[in-house]
Amino acid sequence: MKVSYYPGCTLKTKARNLEDTALAALAALGFELEELPRWNCCGAVTSLAQDDLLHMLAPVRDLIRAKEQGSDKLVTICSMCYNTLARANLVMRDDAVKRDALNHFMDEEPDYAGEVEVVHLLNFIRDEVGWDKLRASVKRPLTGLRVAPYYGCTLVRPAEVAIEPAVEATVFEKFIEALGAEVVDNPGAFDCCGSYQILSNPKQALGAAADVLSKAEVVGADMLALSCPLCDYNLGKRQKELVADHGLKTQLPTIYFTQLLAVALGLEPAICHFELNHEGTRSLLEDRKLIPVSAV
Amino acid sequence: MRILINGRTVDQDFIERVEEISGQNIKQCMQCGTCSASCPMEEGMDMSPRKVMHLTQMGLREYVESANTVWICASCHTCEARCPRGVDLPRVMEAIRLLTLRKNKDAVDPNQLEAAVIDEAPQVAMVGCFRKLTA
Repeated sequence: MKVSYYPGCTLKTKARNLEDTALAALAALGFELEELPRWNCCGAVTSLAQDDLLHMLAPVRDLIRAKEQGSDKLVTICSMCYNTLARANLVMRDDAVKRDALNHFMDEEPDYAGEVEVVHLLNFIRDEVGWDKLRASVKRPLTGLRVAPYYGCTLVRPAEVAIEPAVEATVFEKFIEALGAEVVDNPGAFDCCGSYQILSNPKQALGAAADVLSKAEVVGADMLALSCPLCDYNLGKRQKELVADHGLKTQLPTIYFTQLLAVALGLEPAICHFELNHEGTRSLLEDRKLIPVSAV
Repeated sequence: MRILINGRTVDQDFIERVEEISGQNIKQCMQCGTCSASCPMEEGMDMSPRKVMHLTQMGLREYVESANTVWICASCHTCEARCPRGVDLPRVMEAIRLLTLRKNKDAVDPNQLEAAVIDEAPQVAMVGCFRKLTA
């Protein structure tokens, strides 16, 4: 089985903490993914209009690159990229009219019919590593750390691309548990963080983000684990404003699931780039003696 | 709000175009309000998603297009996941947005974003926002 890897724009720049930890952890687990050559932006959001095929071109071109590499699977880490690529793939697989129109329009590309499977890294770890092997690979169990999983929207909606069915999903919980942390039952695990409306309607988006954080706070989470750079921006980097303006009582550090993995596997803390996280993330892990105290 | 409804106020073209672009049968909506109750952004909307569906069913284009609802929708798909009638509301919202955007009217001006926000906000936020809210 050959596996391609699609990083997406944000992971190469503002979310290096997501990509570097993912790739280092996968290497430690014995997997090397092949990055797509000449990948382009996936478009971040899916076009929801029946008559707008133009915005399908970007994700479909990425899928064609994976097929050209001879891959069966295309792994993505960013939740937004996962959703956009997986939905474009379904259109190419299931909708003959749109598929023909897109293939005809891109006559310089080989035809594509959804042959590659788009897989989110959480499911890749579930299926290819397995919880037992993951548990056995942990060198520094995250004992005592109360982690709330946060799926957000794009990993679970719409249902046809859900990594596991929403509400009943357990992949994130089992992942956290395998790392030795305590899973907190998070009532806001599938809520929306406000998404891209943080730029256009920040007040409403921050209100949605405050609800998500409050729900995790009520159940006593130490940290909120997530897989999306946009969720991390709304819930982590903009959190100060929530404490000031939206009645949030305490700070709740956010962390990418791949950073938890890197810490648990005992990888070099420098690759975690905690400087890109919520300011409380590093200090909480230091306090719990899960990472060495950094020299200031 | 008092709204006059008669044969002359029904904009049949609006109904047809929303249905065509969204691929949804908007008459399927039975006005239960599950969408509004589930919507994380509803608080900031001056017309709830349920009401947008209702006024769209009646072809009241001006009311629907002057509401901020579709511009605050974050396409989170919670309404779509919960709708007991199987209406894909995010597609209806997108269709109503596009009827305005296709007249080359933007709902957000990228030039108005603060430098600090541009510095920190992830690319997925910017691409997503501009894709949904600019022509």
